[in-house]
Amino acid sequence: MGKTLFDKIWDSHVVVSKPGFPDAVYINTHFIHEVTSPQAFDGLRKRGIPVFRTAKTRATADHNVPTIDQHLPIKEALSRKQVEMLTTNTAEFGVELYGLGHPYQGIVHVIGPELGITLPGMTIVCGDSHTSTHGAFGAIAFGIGTSEVEQVLATQCILQYRPKRMKIEVNGKLKKGVVSKDIILYIISKISASGATGYFVEYAGEAIRSLSMEARMTICNMSIEMGARGGLIAPDETTFEYIKGREFAPKGADWDKALGYWKTLYTDADANFDVVLTFDAADIEPMITYGTNPGMGIGVTQHIPSLDSLDEKEKPSFKKSLEYMGLEAGSELLGKKVDYVFIGSCTNSRIEDLRMVADFVKGKKKADDVVVWIVPGSKQVEAQAKKEGIDKIFEEAGFNLRQPGCSACLGMNEDKVPAGMYCISTSNRNFEGRQGPNARTFLASPLSAAAAAITGKVTDVRELV
Amino acid sequence: MSKNFQHLVSTAVPIAIENIDTDQIIPARFLKATTRDGFGENLFRDWRFESNNEPKKDFVLNNPIYKGEILVAGKNFGCGSSREHAAWAIGDYGFKVVISSFFADIFKNNALNNFILPIQVTDEFLDKIFSAIEKDPAAKLEVDLEKQSLKITATGEEAKFDINPYKKACLINGYDDIDYLLSLRKEIETYEAGREFNF
Repeated sequence: MGKTLFDKIWDSHVVVSKPGFPDAVYINTHFIHEVTSPQAFDGLRKRGIPVFRTAKTRATADHNVPTIDQHLPIKEALSRKQVEMLTTNTAEFGVELYGLGHPYQGIVHVIGPELGITLPGMTIVCGDSHTSTHGAFGAIAFGIGTSEVEQVLATQCILQYRPKRMKIEVNGKLKKGVVSKDIILYIISKISASGATGYFVEYAGEAIRSLSMEARMTICNMSIEMGARGGLIAPDETTFEYIKGREFAPKGADWDKALGYWKTLYTDADANFDVVLTFDAADIEPMITYGTNPGMGIGVTQHIPSLDSLDEKEKPSFKKSLEYMGLEAGSELLGKKVDYVFIGSCTNSRIEDLRMVADFVKGKKKADDVVVWIVPGSKQVEAQAKKEGIDKIFEEAGFNLRQPGCSACLGMNEDKVPAGMYCISTSNRNFEGRQGPNARTFLASPLSAAAAAITGKVTDVRELV
Repeated sequence: MSKNFQHLVSTAVPIAIENIDTDQIIPARFLKATTRDGFGENLFRDWRFESNNEPKKDFVLNNPIYKGEILVAGKNFGCGSSREHAAWAIGDYGFKVVISSFFADIFKNNALNNFILPIQVTDEFLDKIFSAIEKDPAAKLEVDLEKQSLKITATGEEAKFDINPYKKACLINGYDDIDYLLSLRKEIETYEAGREFNF
C-alpha cells in the first residue's frame, strides 16, 4: 500500500522507534523567538550542555517588539529584557539571530519561507503553534512547548507519537471576493475548533492547488485553530518557483538534486487517510467570526446561530462568548460598526496580502472613526511594499503602516485594541482578551478587513470588488 | 513542581466552560518572564480579576469553598497557543491534575512535560464529576496513576483513563524527555551521517 506525504516525510526522519516509546524524530530546522526560548536556554545551562547543532536553529525577535520607532530602545522594561535575553542567549550558544534592526527580522513564520530556509520534505518546529504555516511547502511543521524547545536545542530531535492523518479536499473554484483566509475560516467553522485534534492534515483539491504559496501559507497557518498537529500541501511547480533563488535555498547542483527529491513528495494514489473531508469552493462566501474561538464563524451575509439551534450543553459557553462580544444570538453582523482594523500577523502579513489590500483601497479613504493598523510580516515585506509604492496608497487612504512584528494579533507589545472596541482582524485568534483586555475580535480576510476600513462597518466585500 | 506523581486524593475546582484556550489560562501580556516561576498568580487572570486588580467574586478560584489540587474543565481544554506558560501557571498555582473530556495536543504534551497529569474522561463521566462537586464542594476525587483510574469518592464511581506507557513511567519516576533523548546521542549521529541532504 502507498504512503501519504506525511508518512513519507515522517518515516525518513525517525531516528529511533521503540515499542511503547514515542518516536525520536530528527528536526531539520528549528526557529526560536524571544518569548518561548529563555527558559529553554536556562535549562541547557542547568544541565551544562551546549546547543547540539547550532546551524539548524535560527532566531528572530517578533512577539514582543514595538511596531514604531524600532531603532530606539524598547520602552517597556519586561519586553526589552526578553528581547535582550534572546540576544545574549543566541550569542552565548552560537545561534544565528535576525534581531531588531536586522534586514531579515520579522515574524518567524514569515521570514523562514521568504529566506528559503523552509523547504519541502523538512521537519520544522518552533515554540509557537502557528509553525504549521511552513507545511504549505510540503514540510512537517508544528508548534512545540518550551520543554520541547530545550529538547531540540539539546539533541536536534523531538519525541512525538505519530498523529493520525486527515485529508481535506477543497474542490472547484473560488468565487469573486473569496480568498484563502475564507477557505480556512470556512473549514474551521464546519469542523469546529477541535475538529482535527490528534490529526495531521493534508490539504488537497483544485481550489488549494490553484493558490499561490502565500495563500497556501494562510491555510496551513490556521490548521492549529481546528486542533490539528499541523497541515501540509504537496509541493508542486508553484512551490519550486517560489523557492528558487531565495537566500538560503539550494543552488546549482544542490538545487537539481533537491528538486529531484521534492518531486517524490506527494501522497501515493493508494495511500490511506484515517479521515477524508470534502468541501466545494463554490459554497464559500467571505467569512467572519462572531464568537471567541475560530470555529465560531459564518458567511458574512449569514446570521449568528440562534440559541435553539444549539445543544443544551453548548449553550453556556456560547452565551458567555456572545456576552463577551456584545452580540445577540440570531442577529446579523453585516453593517455592525467596527472601531479598529488590523491587517497583519503570521496569517496575513505577506506582500501579497498587502498588495491585495492596496489594490482594493487605491483611491479610497478610510472611514473617519476607524483606526487602521497595517503591520508587515517582515523587514523584507516592508521594504518591498515601499518599493512598490504601496506605502503611499496606504498613506493616502489614512492607514497607518507600521514596522514588522506580531503586534495586535496577541497584543504583547503596545498594539492593543481598547476594551469593548470591535476590531476586524486578519489574524488567527478571536479568543477573549487576545487583542487586549476585553477587546472584541472579528476574524476575516485582508480583503474583508480592507472593506470594513473603508466603510467603517462589517461589509460584504463582494459588493465593492 | 514536584517531579513525580503516583497517587492523589483531593477536592477539585470546577470550571464548566468548553474550549478554554491558553490565552485565558495565561494572557499573552504575562508571558514576559524569563523564568518558569510565578505564573500562578496570573492564572486565569482576566476571568479572576477586574481591570483594577480586584478579584471577581463570581469566579470559582475566588470562591473559598472550592479548592484542591485538581482542576476540572469543559472539553477541548488548552486549545490555542503552544505557550508552556499555561502549564507552568496551572502547576505554579498548585494543580497537579487537570480533568477534561478532551485536551488540545500541545497543551497535553506541555502538561506532561511539567509533571501535571491531564486525565481525559468521557463527557458522561465529566458531567458526573461536575454534579458531584455541585452537590458537595468538599467532594473528593482519587487519582491512581499506576492503575490509571479516577474515582469519585462519595459515589464510588470509577473511570479508567489512558496515558501512554512512556509518559506514565516518566511521571512515576520523575524523568524527562531530554534525559531519554540525550541517551540516544550515538543513534542521532549515525542518523545524521546517513542523511542525503544537509537540510
